[in-house]
Amino acid sequence: MEPLIVLDRVTRIYRMGDVEVRALDDVSLSVEVGGFVAIMGASGSGKSTLMNLIGCLDRPTSGRYLLEGQEVSRLGRDALAEIRNRMLGFVFQSFNLLTRTSAVENVELPLIYAGVPAAERRRRAAEALRRVGLDGRLDHHPSQLSGGQQQRVAIARALVTQPRVILADEPTGNLDSRTSVEVMALLTDLNAAGLTVVLVTHEPDIAACAGRVVRMQDGRIHSDERRAAAAVGAAAPREARP
Amino acid sequence: MSLWETVRIAVRALSRNTLRSFLTALGIIIGVGAVIAMVAIGEGAKARVEEAFASMGTNLLVLMPGSSASRGVFGGSGSLPTLTWADLKAIQEEVTDVRQAAPYLRTTAQVVSEEQNWTTSVCGTTPEYFDIRSWPMSSGAAFTSSDVDTGAKVAVLGRTVVDKLYGPNADPVGQAVRIKNMPFQVVGVMVRKGQSPTGQDYDDAVLIPVSTYRAKIQGGLQNYIAGSVFVSAVSSDATARTERRVRALLRDRHHLSPEAEDDFQIRNLTEIASAQQEGTRTLTTLLASIAAVSLLVGGIGIMNIMLVSVTERTREIGVRMAVGAKPRHILAQFLVEALSLSVLGGFAGVGLGLLAANRLAAQFGWPMLMRADIILIALGFSGLVGVGFGLYPAHRASRLDPIEALRYE
Ligand SMILES: Nc1ncnc2c1ncn2[C@@H]1O[C@H](COP(=O)(O)OP(=O)(O)OP(=O)(O)O)[C@@H](O)[C@H]1O
Ligand SMILES: [Mg+2]
Repeated sequence: MEPLIVLDRVTRIYRMGDVEVRALDDVSLSVEVGGFVAIMGASGSGKSTLMNLIGCLDRPTSGRYLLEGQEVSRLGRDALAEIRNRMLGFVFQSFNLLTRTSAVENVELPLIYAGVPAAERRRRAAEALRRVGLDGRLDHHPSQLSGGQQQRVAIARALVTQPRVILADEPTGNLDSRTSVEVMALLTDLNAAGLTVVLVTHEPDIAACAGRVVRMQDGRIHSDERRAAAAVGAAAPREARP
Repeated sequence: MSLWETVRIAVRALSRNTLRSFLTALGIIIGVGAVIAMVAIGEGAKARVEEAFASMGTNLLVLMPGSSASRGVFGGSGSLPTLTWADLKAIQEEVTDVRQAAPYLRTTAQVVSEEQNWTTSVCGTTPEYFDIRSWPMSSGAAFTSSDVDTGAKVAVLGRTVVDKLYGPNADPVGQAVRIKNMPFQVVGVMVRKGQSPTGQDYDDAVLIPVSTYRAKIQGGLQNYIAGSVFVSAVSSDATARTERRVRALLRDRHHLSPEAEDDFQIRNLTEIASAQQEGTRTLTTLLASIAAVSLLVGGIGIMNIMLVSVTERTREIGVRMAVGAKPRHILAQFLVEALSLSVLGGFAGVGLGLLAANRLAAQFGWPMLMRADIILIALGFSGLVGVGFGLYPAHRASRLDPIEALRYE
């Protein structure tokens, strides 16, 4: 099967004055439809840089990026915005919900830019919130929701456009272990339903949910292993973090 | 993404900071308010002047003796006498386009009824005067040419004089009135005319035949007209032409050499009206400067607040971009926000301006006039200010890099 994501010798160099930082150095990676990839690695190894490229928020300095067979690495801002809107869903470590805006309106946001009419937007947003188990919280504002609930709203927002890929950069980084398990269960369910998931994590037991673990080091892929995914929470229980 | 959607998002963003939005819009509110008040004042004053025109009579020229250097008092008898009765006759008979001409001699005297007395203007004139000034009687009739020929002791009273001497609703026609201690018979009462452009009460006057005036009220100077002459032209188009012809005739009759100054004055009512408008012009200029400065400051205020808002909401911009907002969506969002701010300010300004205009109209006693096109122009202008000053912040927002915006603390 044609891979959904193909990175071909991608390099991303940050230039700060005279200093050059090779955040990604000649990285090649492909992800199949329905894949579940966890990206791990030390801080500063280039995980977020990679995610931003895959997420079409950034463009490589050199190399090619094909998303569903389409070369996207040289597209303009408008075209990238459209791809993000139609094909990608983001989940961030810090949730990034709009404050003082209800859950359902947060979830509607991508649909506004997709030009979906108001009534259908509301229906689809409510449906997405039901899917993440928040049907009773449509009109709650982020400040009235727990961290786990906020992250689930963010996941609903990522799903609502029916994207091809969910990109999650440390989605459990701000959550305690119990809510982390809930969020991972949700992502695993979505993957089981056919959605491709790429996630960055520092936690081995989070990475254990994925069928494939890519380890980064100094902007390069250090290892890329596939294995049978463990059930959520099946890894050795950890102490609850603060 | 529809415009309506954009407006809804903008209004919501503004209503989250109601006080800040209000303070930001204040410049626009004051600016637009000043424009509205200014126009209302201009229009009101204009209407008032036009009304005064109508009440003074149409196509009117006023002739006064004395050069403009020794300006005579309007209608008074204090200036150097240079106009003669023969001049008046020549104007009436020789100048084409002159419809009518009437002498107007005026003094201040005490008039006395059975119960009351009142000091007022006593004026000597001819029946043509009532026609020139388009001034009908509310009761009785004006004195006639034969009254002038015989020097009859008859009087026509202005409404104010009637009010003072006989009471508000009285009709004194047929009664006697004493002027300078001489008995006159009241033959007519003139309809109320109101105030002159200079605030003088037209109705505070008693009119008697000019022959009687000359014989009984005035002393000396009998060859000269110790007052002014009212001339009406056949049409308003003919007024300027008539003025030239009367001037030429009088200069000829007074044997003035070409370089000599006129020894009389001709006042065209447009001059008087423009002098009247001069007063409101100062106020209008003041308001116009307030409007200009306020709109400018208001615009800068909007730009400032929008820049602050873009900075504060950097993360929001990043999120919107991440979920698919194109740069033009972000541009539109902030532009419409600036526009809503200024247009809402504009609406409030229109309200404020109308309120101020209303108070001023009440104060100056002129009609409250407002033109819908001016309101639309003012609103359009405030919108222009919003777009003009909102463009730069909105452009900045739209150029943000999504990754940096998302990472912004
Ligand atoms: N905007 C930038 N300008 C300059 N250098 C950058 C920029 N973004 C990232 N870098 C550099 O690129 C390298 C990779 O950064 P990246 O954020 O991808 O790391 P990471 O693996 O996500 O780390 P962490 O686990 O701490 O999130 C780092 O050395 C970082 O300093
Ligand atoms: Mg990172």
